[in-house]
Amino acid sequence: MLTHLQALEAESIHIMREVAAEARKPVMLYSIGKDSAVMLHLAMKAFYPSKPPFPLLHVDTTWKFAEMIAFRDQTVKRLGLDLLVHINPQGLEQGIGPFSHGSAVHTDIMKTQALKQALDEHGFDAAFGGARRDEEKSRAKERIFSFRSKAHRWDPKNQRPELWNAYNTRINRGESIRVFPLSNWTELDIWQYIHLENIPIVPLYFAAERPVVTRGGTMIMVDDDRMPLEPGEVPETRMVRFRTLGCYPLTGAIASTATSLPEIIQEMLVANTSEREGRVIDHDQAASMEKKKQEGYF
Amino acid sequence: MRPPADIQPQEVLDYLKAQEAKTLLRFLTCGSVDDGKSTLIGRLLYDSKLLFEDQLAALDVAAGNGQAGVPDLASLVDGLQAEQEQGITIDVAYRFFATETRKFIVADTPGHEQYTRNMATGASTADLAVILIDARKGVLTQTRRHSYIASLLGIRHVILAVNKMDLVGYGQDRFDDIVSDYFAFAQALGFAEITTIPVSALKGDNVISASTQMPWYSGPSLLEQLEAVDVARDVQDAPFRFPVQWVNRPDLDFRGYSGTVTSGSVRPGDEVTILPSFKTSRVERIVTFDGDLDEAFAGQAITLVLADQVDVSRGDVLACSDAPPEITDQFAAHLIWMHDEPLLPERSYLLKMANQTVPAVVTELKHVVNVNTMEQLAAKTLELNEIGFCNLALDRAVTYEPYKQTRELGGFVLIDRITNQTVGAGMIEFGLRRATNLVWQELYIDKARRSVMNKQRPCVLWFTGLSGSGKSTIASLVERRLHALTHRTYILDGDNVRHGLNKDLGFTDVDRVENIRRVAEVSSLMVDAGLIVLVSFISPFRNERRLARDMLGEGEFLEIFVDTPLEVCEARDPKGLYEKARAGDIKNFTGIDSPYEVPEQADITVDTTTLSPEAAAEHVVAVLKDRKLIE
Repeated sequence: MLTHLQALEAESIHIMREVAAEARKPVMLYSIGKDSAVMLHLAMKAFYPSKPPFPLLHVDTTWKFAEMIAFRDQTVKRLGLDLLVHINPQGLEQGIGPFSHGSAVHTDIMKTQALKQALDEHGFDAAFGGARRDEEKSRAKERIFSFRSKAHRWDPKNQRPELWNAYNTRINRGESIRVFPLSNWTELDIWQYIHLENIPIVPLYFAAERPVVTRGGTMIMVDDDRMPLEPGEVPETRMVRFRTLGCYPLTGAIASTATSLPEIIQEMLVANTSEREGRVIDHDQAASMEKKKQEGYF
Repeated sequence: MRPPADIQPQEVLDYLKAQEAKTLLRFLTCGSVDDGKSTLIGRLLYDSKLLFEDQLAALDVAAGNGQAGVPDLASLVDGLQAEQEQGITIDVAYRFFATETRKFIVADTPGHEQYTRNMATGASTADLAVILIDARKGVLTQTRRHSYIASLLGIRHVILAVNKMDLVGYGQDRFDDIVSDYFAFAQALGFAEITTIPVSALKGDNVISASTQMPWYSGPSLLEQLEAVDVARDVQDAPFRFPVQWVNRPDLDFRGYSGTVTSGSVRPGDEVTILPSFKTSRVERIVTFDGDLDEAFAGQAITLVLADQVDVSRGDVLACSDAPPEITDQFAAHLIWMHDEPLLPERSYLLKMANQTVPAVVTELKHVVNVNTMEQLAAKTLELNEIGFCNLALDRAVTYEPYKQTRELGGFVLIDRITNQTVGAGMIEFGLRRATNLVWQELYIDKARRSVMNKQRPCVLWFTGLSGSGKSTIASLVERRLHALTHRTYILDGDNVRHGLNKDLGFTDVDRVENIRRVAEVSSLMVDAGLIVLVSFISPFRNERRLARDMLGEGEFLEIFVDTPLEVCEARDPKGLYEKARAGDIKNFTGIDSPYEVPEQADITVDTTTLSPEAAAEHVVAVLKDRKLIE
């Protein structure tokens, strides 16, 4: 009998191959974080000895940690894959950012709208995302093959029944499908698999001395000089790491001395808060994730 | 469950090592609306300490309907905002937790009457069902339904959790009565194992560990049973089956077949039979990213390289040559209808199963199962959430096994060809007209030979449009022109056919589909005989026109949309039908109280408000010449 990680791996590979076989023009959303790292690793396995038959797409908000971008470029080079980077040109022109416009506007323009632009521009009909059902309540109900209308909207009330592994991939022109091969993985599964398979991850997950300021109880890393400091605010150097990665102004650090994978896993095992708590955008409003997802957020 | 807070790094490594050996159990929970299903799952997560502080804090905010002092466990599980407002779980949600020995994936499915569909969805990937009963209410109609659906979907292990024992004073008599009621009907369902456990999800009795409130019960707690149950579905010992999912061709030197082993095992050197061609070859390599394997088992996603250059494509099945599965183009199956629009027998749907996608029609609905009483009733259609037993016919043979043997080779979904919605799910019981080798009767004089002799390529000109749009007029003019050019033609007129061939049919949706099917079948025979067939039929539904198109070869079907606005047709009203329909004397009249679905990609569109019938006919003939259908 397969172990639980072997069973999860086989399921994810099956899902990816199904998309490769049935979609006209698939793409893999690559967000550089640990879940993306696992998803990409699984893609390398799924099609071996072929390369994954689709490009990677990174929607760059221009506010990612510098280390993330460096890791992204290294990874793509190491694996010899195609990477598309999309930045919302209107957002860039208007100087949209989390400090000047707030997290809600920034996320909508630079992430959700930017993603839709990129998908439309290239005409992708299937897009892999690394979301997991254990992350958040509305994700728990989403299908593995999740249908999107021509306007990229998700209708949680009208989802296609999904039985066995007979995935319905059929769409009409202009419609698309978001595919979540990690749906049945938990955060612990992800870390165990990274450990077992020795998968490279962004160094930000490991503790190091980093400059941070504390705002509203959240430690924000001063990743570059675009961060406006309030009067009297001085960045302090602290031993911190990140449980989840996104735009640096919107991602809270945690105090930690964990510099190795077992230490990270140990911290996670005894943690009292869930990983998305470090994300500012989830707290904006009740059921905020569900709303964002309906509008096209991943 | 989480380890203690003072766990050391070396212990973490040991812990991780131990975790690697965990197995996976997928189960589903089902019960009536108020049986406390969501509370039970919340309890499993809460007591196995898998809830984090911020999730608990969010619970307190979300609550409002929970009891004082007790976190509202159900609200953690009920996902979407709209559902929280309605106070019921309405879809399938997946939950995860793990113990020292197992990881669990829980499909939480609703107990509400209307949602058979969701339960079947959750059950399709589950190996065990936890069926909840409210101790105060005992075995209900829903309990029977859930048990029947679980057995239909191939679940062999059941845990009957008699919940809310705290509200019946933890009494053994009540529990025993319910258990004996349950066994009275569940025995017929053929479960391999039924475990009965008295619990209180709200208070935590017998959920994680033994309850002190019920000393009379000495069996396992719910969690203990979930950890202990052995669900090996004998798939490892079954013959080797491998549906090809993706042809792996990185360069000219490598050709492999990627897919997931659905049953049995395979080693290099094994002889395999390729279905449906029944050719054989030998396995040369089992390729994975982590190196070649000596053996692969059910559940593994691998890539096989064969020793011979044989033709293998997606949807083919590689199987051990000693016991290959059968192929068939007709079979009997249980079908669960999952869409608001009812099943129409004879309508063409797409059937997807084991990487094979094939047009399929339900040719005979033998009966509908009353899921409450398991009675078999006669029916003409299946409505949402109904379960029927029927025969299906496919456009070509597929490789299959009865669902009871292999879920992956016997479970299929039906997809609507226009909306692409998943409208049904089926489980194959047995093949009809089974074949271990399918041979067509070869006929010497065929369509191509007749075509040469007739100096025309036979085809169907399908005129669709509203009543009074001018279909028959234009078709008749086209035929006259073709006749003058010495082509062999025939007109099938909707009204005329209804006087003869189809005089037994009315105007319900089911009858309309049958009407079209017969006309399409007759046209197809005439095309085979070498004729140019002009069909003049309102044919208001895209699906039905597509059905007709699919019965003919590539390029043999031309859809001609006679585009005349309703007001114009109604003003013309050559047969006085619109007047009668408006007066209510004719029901289901297209354009009045029944829809006309405009063709999305008609081969020819004639606008009769700008073209005379003669000009329209000339245009049609010109297109036929353009397309080299006539000389």
